[in-house]
Amino acid sequence: MRRVLALLAMLWIAPALAQEAQLADPALEQRARDLSREIRCVVCQSQSVADSDADIAQELRVMIREQIAAGKSDQEIRDYLVARYGDFVLFNPPFKGSTYVLWIGPFAILLLAGFGVAMFFRRRARELARAPELSVDEHSRVVRLLQDGPEDRA
Amino acid sequence: MIPELGHYALVLALVMALAQASLPMVGAARGIRPWMQLAKPAALAQFAFVAFAFLALMYSFAASDFSVAIVTQHSHSEQPLIYKLSGTWGNHEGSLLLWVLILTIFGALVALFGENLPPRLKARTLSVQAMISVGFLLFMLLTSNPFARMNPAPLEGDELNPLLQDPGLAMHPPMLYLGYVGFSIVFSFAVAALIDGKVDAAWARWVRPWCLLSWTSLTGGIVLGSWWAYNELGWGGWWFWDPVENASFMPWLIGTALLHSALVVEKRDALKSWTILLSILTFGFSLLGTFLVRSGIITSVHAFADDPTRGVFILVLLATAIGMPLSLYAYRAPVLRGGGLFAPLSREGALVMNNLLLAVMTATVLFGTLYPLMLDLTTGKTISVGGPFYMATFGVFALPLLILMAIGPFMGWKRGDVRGALQRLIAAAICALGAAIIAIWIKSEGPLLAPLGILVGVWLLVGTVIEFMERIRLFEGNPARIWNRARHTPRAAYGMTLAHFGLAVAVIGMTGAAAWKTENIEVLQPGQSLALQGYDFKLESVQGIRGENYLADQAHFVVSQGGELIANLYPERRQYLVQPMPTTEAAIRSTPFADLYAVIGEPDGKGGWVVRVYHEPLVGWIWFGALIMVAGGLTSLSDRRYRVGAPVRAGTAQAAKA
Amino acid sequence: MRRLIFLLPIAIVAVLVAIFWIGLDPKRDKSILPSALVGNPAPAFDLPGLSDNAPRLTLVQFKGKLVAINFFASWCLPCRAEHPLLKQITAEFGVPVIGVAWKDKPEASQAFLAQLGDPYAATGDDHNGRTGIDFGITGVPETFLVGPDGTVLYRFAGPLSPEGLRDQLAPAIAEAKQ
Repeated sequence: MRRVLALLAMLWIAPALAQEAQLADPALEQRARDLSREIRCVVCQSQSVADSDADIAQELRVMIREQIAAGKSDQEIRDYLVARYGDFVLFNPPFKGSTYVLWIGPFAILLLAGFGVAMFFRRRARELARAPELSVDEHSRVVRLLQDGPEDRA
Repeated sequence: MIPELGHYALVLALVMALAQASLPMVGAARGIRPWMQLAKPAALAQFAFVAFAFLALMYSFAASDFSVAIVTQHSHSEQPLIYKLSGTWGNHEGSLLLWVLILTIFGALVALFGENLPPRLKARTLSVQAMISVGFLLFMLLTSNPFARMNPAPLEGDELNPLLQDPGLAMHPPMLYLGYVGFSIVFSFAVAALIDGKVDAAWARWVRPWCLLSWTSLTGGIVLGSWWAYNELGWGGWWFWDPVENASFMPWLIGTALLHSALVVEKRDALKSWTILLSILTFGFSLLGTFLVRSGIITSVHAFADDPTRGVFILVLLATAIGMPLSLYAYRAPVLRGGGLFAPLSREGALVMNNLLLAVMTATVLFGTLYPLMLDLTTGKTISVGGPFYMATFGVFALPLLILMAIGPFMGWKRGDVRGALQRLIAAAICALGAAIIAIWIKSEGPLLAPLGILVGVWLLVGTVIEFMERIRLFEGNPARIWNRARHTPRAAYGMTLAHFGLAVAVIGMTGAAAWKTENIEVLQPGQSLALQGYDFKLESVQGIRGENYLADQAHFVVSQGGELIANLYPERRQYLVQPMPTTEAAIRSTPFADLYAVIGEPDGKGGWVVRVYHEPLVGWIWFGALIMVAGGLTSLSDRRYRVGAPVRAGTAQAAKA
Repeated sequence: MRRLIFLLPIAIVAVLVAIFWIGLDPKRDKSILPSALVGNPAPAFDLPGLSDNAPRLTLVQFKGKLVAINFFASWCLPCRAEHPLLKQITAEFGVPVIGVAWKDKPEASQAFLAQLGDPYAATGDDHNGRTGIDFGITGVPETFLVGPDGTVLYRFAGPLSPEGLRDQLAPAIAEAKQ
């Protein structure tokens, strides 16, 4: 914990030496912003490089702009970052082997649960069908109860 | 002296808890009345001791007694009093003490107000509650003593984390814990009922107010946290799917399911074993949350501790506290056979679907939270699971739930008329479609979930209003008769209407804020401006100011639109006395339509400043909607029927039919 | 059959508890992101030296040798804290240390080394920080162990401490020498 705090502390102390220059072309600038939102700031918790003040985040923002200006595609930039920081750097876990389970999981759970509920209703329906019929005596007792009120008054 | 007394009080509380955990349980099994009756004084005594300990700790903070270790670590003599006091729970040990305090409060409340509970149920419930106390008191006394002393005592403290020096966050833990820990009493009731072997409408009636209270507090606590994050963290965000945020969200989701499931037990004597399971799991998720936050297994901005021995202790506590009741459940639940039969298309059926969806949503959040850990342990790879995953899964599942919520209240018990319900909701459908079309027209790019969110939000909003109008038959008869009907509508019905309405408002807010948020970031020199969404943000100046225990750079923004002055914003970048991290205080201008949000970041060394501005549409609807939900919960709670408890037989049966 | 379904909750909880138990293993370092570069070739770099007449710094120069690359900056406080330990890497383990000044002014870096001593076999100036990102650093200081064939063998993030050097870097160096 102290290490994390120290790491965070030094990143905050550092003056921002990178210029937040925007790209001249608004379309490219928008691409840069959108892409920055997909990239996780690796020393923050749950922040994208677009949102973070950390030094490394600023660096990455500048680098993303440089690469876009140099003509790289979004996927190439993502691959570049993943090669250096691992899949962790993407906010959107990629859809590949290790994460099939992740993306499919919730839907599998939904299907299973839905199946369970369907079974539950089926069983209920069967029980309803199996409910015993009243005998003639019991039936007249019911009619009398409904007409006259409770049998015993405490 | 006072810390020692506090420490001793905790030990005494443990002794009381041990007595309360054992004797009443045995007494209930053997029919020994005095032992069962021991539960009440034991619960009250336990509460008294823990309260004393808590006050002792609070006193140590207020008096800046730096001989107490956690006061040194989390306080400073120049802090405002309110943050000295809130520092009591702004740390691992102190917050644990708060946990236990609330645990004992609930035990004492049941002891005091449970006069018409059957003696065995009451004894067993208080017993189980005390068992949980024992676990947490042991944890505190053995690994996390709040009253540990330092010798020699330093002259000054390390200061409370500046992020926590905020009014919203000061109140966030108490409200949250009231919710989390409140579900412990429902848990205890459930375990007691399992031991009893009997779950009936009366049980559901007793449990409902505790459930409601916990749910309401948890709603408030979670939203306070979000609101704080929005105001304080300077990222314009309010929910990050952080593991610890999820840890508080899961009990809320399951608690909502529990609230609705208990309804079916009460009204129709059905879904018993499912409700018992939910009761156990809701508190189970609270415990899981405690584990995730305090064990260091997942790192997060929220995480308190990084100590594996503590982690092991809580894991054992978690395993025992959930494992034993679930084993009992596996053994006893088949005995709990339901009575009421119902068709799938009925109010019960709608509630079953509600539970199904909420349970799946909870499982999804759990899955997403734990997946990185599981992947790391099996393959060593690290990935992160964030917003996009949850929106694609949780967000998608939420849509049918919100649609159902408007239909459910129209359905009758046992057999409902879906067609009729849908016919009455035509107006809602039209409004919803209209709103969605407007949403697409305003901003056509963006995720599909955005117009869908607006669609279901407005659907639910209008649908809830329609249902209420029908209930009091708003257009039939003269105003006096309408008013009479409105007055006689049970408060619980108002509660439901408000809660559903509030959720609809909040959903619309969340959709707007998440989908249509725009931002701009630049380095500005004083005198320069920044544009966003037709607004012009001009940085007039940045000056140094001094607060009670901090220094800050305060910027002055003049916000105008088309030349007309809209607002003056003064965001700050604060440097507190001891801790090295600066904090941002965002300046926000709120209207019902959108928030304008300005943040000042770091200086660039050349006289310029990194500046960020956000435009967040409808974000205020989130807080407002949540407030309405809390109001709904409180309204339901004020319904006399739930405070009195289950009605007594014979003579009062008529009155109870109200 | 019906009985079995009631066992499902406890079964799931048991699995979760097992996962957590394994996860609590104190040897797991959860706070530091594992380097994606370990096991892969170190990125090539060609950086100017810290002063005008200093030679350029390239990775190729050190091919065939086990080296440590240390990213530092004069504005970085923990870099000051770890500085004395860098000499130890060379003195005790015979591993030369290359210093890369990250996002810093060359004059400031020179002053830093003049004040605290120069433990480096060679230094380079990564003025715009690109080389650092190439190495996937999360900030400064960060130290990489690169093998004779140019493969990244180990990454130490954060300032070195006596324990860190003894318990983590030293074993990595020993393993590399085999």
